[in-house]
Amino acid sequence: MTAVAADARQRTHTWIRLCAVSDLEVERGRAALIGSTQIALFLLRDDSLHAVSNLDPYSGANVISRGIVGTRADAPTIASPMYKHVFDLRTGICLDPQGKEPAHLRVWPVARRGEDLCIRWEE
Amino acid sequence: MSAQNPQRIVVVGAGMVGHRFVESLLSREDLPVRVTLVGDEGRLPYDRVGLTGYLTGRDADELTLDPHALADERVEFVPADPVAVIDRSRRRVRLTSGRFLEYDRLVLATGSYAARLALDGFDLPGCFVYRTIDDLEQLRTFVERRREQLGRPLRGYVVGGGLLGLEAAEALGGLEVTATVVQSSDRLMSAQLDVGAGGILRRLIEARGIGVRTETVTTRLDPDRTGQLSRIAFRDGTDADVDVAVFTVGVRPRDELARDAQLECHPRGGVIIDDACQTSDPAILAIGEVANFDGMAVGLVAPGYAMAEVAASRLSGGDATFPGFDLSAKLKFSGIDVASFGDAMAATPGALDVVYADPTAGIYKKLVLSDDATTLLGGILVGDAAAYGSLRPLVGGALGADPAVYLAPEISGSAPMAELPDEAVVCSCSSVTAGRIRRAVHEEGCVDAAGVKACTKAGATCGSCTVMVKKLVGVELAKSGQVVSNALCEHFDLSRRQLFDAVRVSELTTFSAIIERFGSGRGCDICKPTLASILSTLVGGHVLDGENATLQDTNDHVMANIQRDGTYSVVPRMAGGEVTPEGLIVIGEIARDYALYTKITGGQRIDMFGARLEQLPEIWQRLVDAGFESGQAYGKSLRTVKSCVGSTWCRYGVLDSVGMAVRLELRYRGLRAPHKLKLGVSGCARECAEARGKDAGVIATENGWNLYVGGNGGFTPRHAELLAEGLDDDQLIQAIDRFFLYYIRTADRLQRTAPWVQELEGGLDELRAVIFDDSLGICADLDAAMARHVETYEDEWAATLADPAKLARFQSFVNAPDTPDPSLGYVAERGQVRPASAEERRAGVVPIAGTTLAVRR
Ligand code: SRM
Ligand SMILES: Cc1cc2nc3c(=O)[nH]c(=O)nc-3n(C[C@H](O)[C@H](O)[C@H](O)COP(=O)(O)OP(=O)(O)OC[C@H]3O[C@@H](n4cnc5c(N)ncnc54)[C@H](O)[C@@H]3O)c2cc1C
Ligand code: SF4
Ligand code: FES
Repeated sequence: MTAVAADARQRTHTWIRLCAVSDLEVERGRAALIGSTQIALFLLRDDSLHAVSNLDPYSGANVISRGIVGTRADAPTIASPMYKHVFDLRTGICLDPQGKEPAHLRVWPVARRGEDLCIRWEE
Repeated sequence: MSAQNPQRIVVVGAGMVGHRFVESLLSREDLPVRVTLVGDEGRLPYDRVGLTGYLTGRDADELTLDPHALADERVEFVPADPVAVIDRSRRRVRLTSGRFLEYDRLVLATGSYAARLALDGFDLPGCFVYRTIDDLEQLRTFVERRREQLGRPLRGYVVGGGLLGLEAAEALGGLEVTATVVQSSDRLMSAQLDVGAGGILRRLIEARGIGVRTETVTTRLDPDRTGQLSRIAFRDGTDADVDVAVFTVGVRPRDELARDAQLECHPRGGVIIDDACQTSDPAILAIGEVANFDGMAVGLVAPGYAMAEVAASRLSGGDATFPGFDLSAKLKFSGIDVASFGDAMAATPGALDVVYADPTAGIYKKLVLSDDATTLLGGILVGDAAAYGSLRPLVGGALGADPAVYLAPEISGSAPMAELPDEAVVCSCSSVTAGRIRRAVHEEGCVDAAGVKACTKAGATCGSCTVMVKKLVGVELAKSGQVVSNALCEHFDLSRRQLFDAVRVSELTTFSAIIERFGSGRGCDICKPTLASILSTLVGGHVLDGENATLQDTNDHVMANIQRDGTYSVVPRMAGGEVTPEGLIVIGEIARDYALYTKITGGQRIDMFGARLEQLPEIWQRLVDAGFESGQAYGKSLRTVKSCVGSTWCRYGVLDSVGMAVRLELRYRGLRAPHKLKLGVSGCARECAEARGKDAGVIATENGWNLYVGGNGGFTPRHAELLAEGLDDDQLIQAIDRFFLYYIRTADRLQRTAPWVQELEGGLDELRAVIFDDSLGICADLDAAMARHVETYEDEWAATLADPAKLARFQSFVNAPDTPDPSLGYVAERGQVRPASAEERRAGVVPIAGTTLAVRR
């Protein structure tokens, strides 16, 4: 990536606080709202934080935050509560499209600022 | 030795071991021998281990051992002419008839006598031993005659509370003789069981209506005026009425021929042999119960068979050796499982034991391990000996799994196990190794336990290895890709049933602890809800308590059913389909105020659709205030009890079906299970409630309730089958209690009762035995578990509303707790709302949901 492109990026994103880390429960998601975009937030047992799209690409419903958290081999995962598609929380990739078109969840970088959970938001 | 001059072999004793010896010897085709098998019972060799069958309907022919070998032209069978003398110097024996038989090698297989106590009166009419078909025939004839004479049921005593005594006591019961077992030591089966196991066995035996007196020594038997047995007296001064007594106080080797011939015999009985089964005379071998090896003569058939194989090998030029006694034993008493194997008493220095005891359920299990806890030395299993088959071959080797898994109740037979080495003996009756069974599967085309039995004899004698044989066959077939694994998911190698038992035995109560011990990783949408259900049965507690909350699928997590657009439906319980007008009004008001689509479900109650996450608590507050509770339409738990109107209104109804449906629904509400549970209750045989389409269907008759089980609609509809007839209210409830809990404990994940019943080994008969005869000894435990369930039931919704921490879960967004999901959109249809289709959304005609919805948009 060139220096110019990196600069361009820096100008268009901001870090947004969504909640306190303590608002999250280990291995149980919560949804957050920015404008009309819904984001599913997760806190895992190893203290890592993840932010992925709350929109389940397979059902069209905003439900990812309400799925079951788990692992598949080494990957931390979320299973959509609708038709149980399983996504890698780190990359958003659907690990088993169950015969459907491959689809994935958008992923946002997350940071912990003191007590707060922030995501990098690009306009 | 040339074919013209075959070796002459005389076998004395046509019992089980003598027969096995002949069979084994002749299986060596073209071996030049002439075998003479001499018996004294006047019958073909028969299955003494199965002797009790003679009193329960099998005739003598059915007990006969495979007569094939005796038909070989190299054999002569002399049935009823016992050997009277052995003349070692001339190498011949003389039979009672005076006939002489010359031998090159003589094989003694004379077995033992049943011992009697030398008491006054031991030979009165009415006193018996329990060893031969003739003994049992006399016993039966006596009992029948005596009962007729006395005109009342007979009272029996069995003197000797070992394996054989208990078997005899059960047989007496079968002859309608009340039985009491008298044991001189402090516990039943004292040779095989420790004190804890003996105590539990005693209770199981007593529960079968058999009396038990321990630390009781019999001192005298007295006749009545006709000279027949009538009183039995004990050392403590007490005595009792008795009509028939059976002595099962042990056996004494029949070594008198050998003693007379001056063969070396052990002072405590038995012809002394070396590990080639040779006696002090190189021309004479001894095998079976008459043989004394290493100071012991043992009354079990498996070591006898092992000796028979050794002797046959030696006489045909082989060099097999007898490895010593395997004292493993299993009690044959229908419905009471007891087994003991290896170093059961933990006599090895430094031995550790791991014990699981559940006295209420009548279960006691002990594994004896080496001091470093890695090697299995032996064990005791009472109440559930399913694991016997898999554990016994592991003695002396590594256990290969957490002992808790083996000790788990009910199904430990299917516990995961270390791969058995080829040389491990699986069937000790016939010395069949794991390797031999593997060959039968891979090279001889056997595809089930029956095939393996036919070609290896594994499982053909006492049957206690059958489970193990089956499992090995399964494993081997799986290796060639023929059967699927029953592992729950990538995180647990166990099936749901095994996991249930593992959790139960380990008493772990959190997901993290369980997965750390029995699984790997952090779980998934398969194992987490499964564990939530298991923990709910075993531990109870609210769905949202602690770590539980992270295990629930969204339906259980928010106690509502998710719909296609991500909203939820709300189903209050209407037990039995009954609802008051006031109740209907409240529901109508709520549905109107929140603009919920309203429908009567297929389960006789009302469903309101389209409630958003953050609305659920408000809606439920109103429902709870009006006296409703969660209908658990979301849980793998009791759903509905469908009813017909029954005798209260219907002109044909014979019993109050609505009343019973309400009672059942209130009893089982909240009961979590491997899959959902539904019941139906009809007031007469017209069956308007379609009860036979339910997991448990109840139909009223003039004689009481008929109970059907294992029905469902759904994907593979199946009618429930009749389990019991003419039950009163309490009997009905007890039967359903046990049926449900037995199912909950043993079914696979998402296995409804219909396939579960179909897969039950032994089918409905077995289920009846478990539920009504307590054949597994678990009924008390099941009853207690259900009582606990009923007592601790609370409405999940009421409890949630009372707990602000739980309510936080219902916020729509962590940074905007009351904002509705902005993506929702509805259209009106037949006067109510429904989610807009993708097309309707694209067309842009859809109003976006606001905080409050107008009924018609
Ligand atoms: C609401 C209801 C349909 C209706 O509007 O009438 C319904 C709705 C659903 N049924 Fe059903 N079933 C409903 C009565 C039935 C019945 C009729 C009955 O109970 O008498 C049956 C057939 C009888 C039976 O169960 O044997 C039935 C057989 C199924 C099955 C097939 C089960 C099977 O063994 O094959 C499923 C699928 C499953 O559970 O895996 C299912 C699954 C479902 C699910 C849970 C599917 C899902 O995951 O979304 C639906 C959601 C329920 C909800 O949102 O509230 N539903 N379902 C009925 C709710 C009854 C209630 O009051 O609780
Ligand atoms: C009711 C019952 C249940 C049992 N259950 C079990 C069980 O579950 N598991 C287990 O391991 N074991 C069990 N046993 C013990 C088992 O049956 C014996 O260990 C086995 O039969 C021993 O075989 P054997 O050939 O050494 O002796 P036997 O089977 O007793 O055979 C000896 C034969 O030799 C004959 N004989 C004796 N002297 C002479 C002579 N001079 N000339 C000719 N013939 C002679 C006898 O009449 C007899 O027929 C049970 C026994 C009984 C009675
Ligand atoms: S099943 Fe019998 S009692 Fe019930 S409604 Fe039908 S006819 Fe009436
Ligand atoms: S162990 Fe007795 S038949 Fe196999």
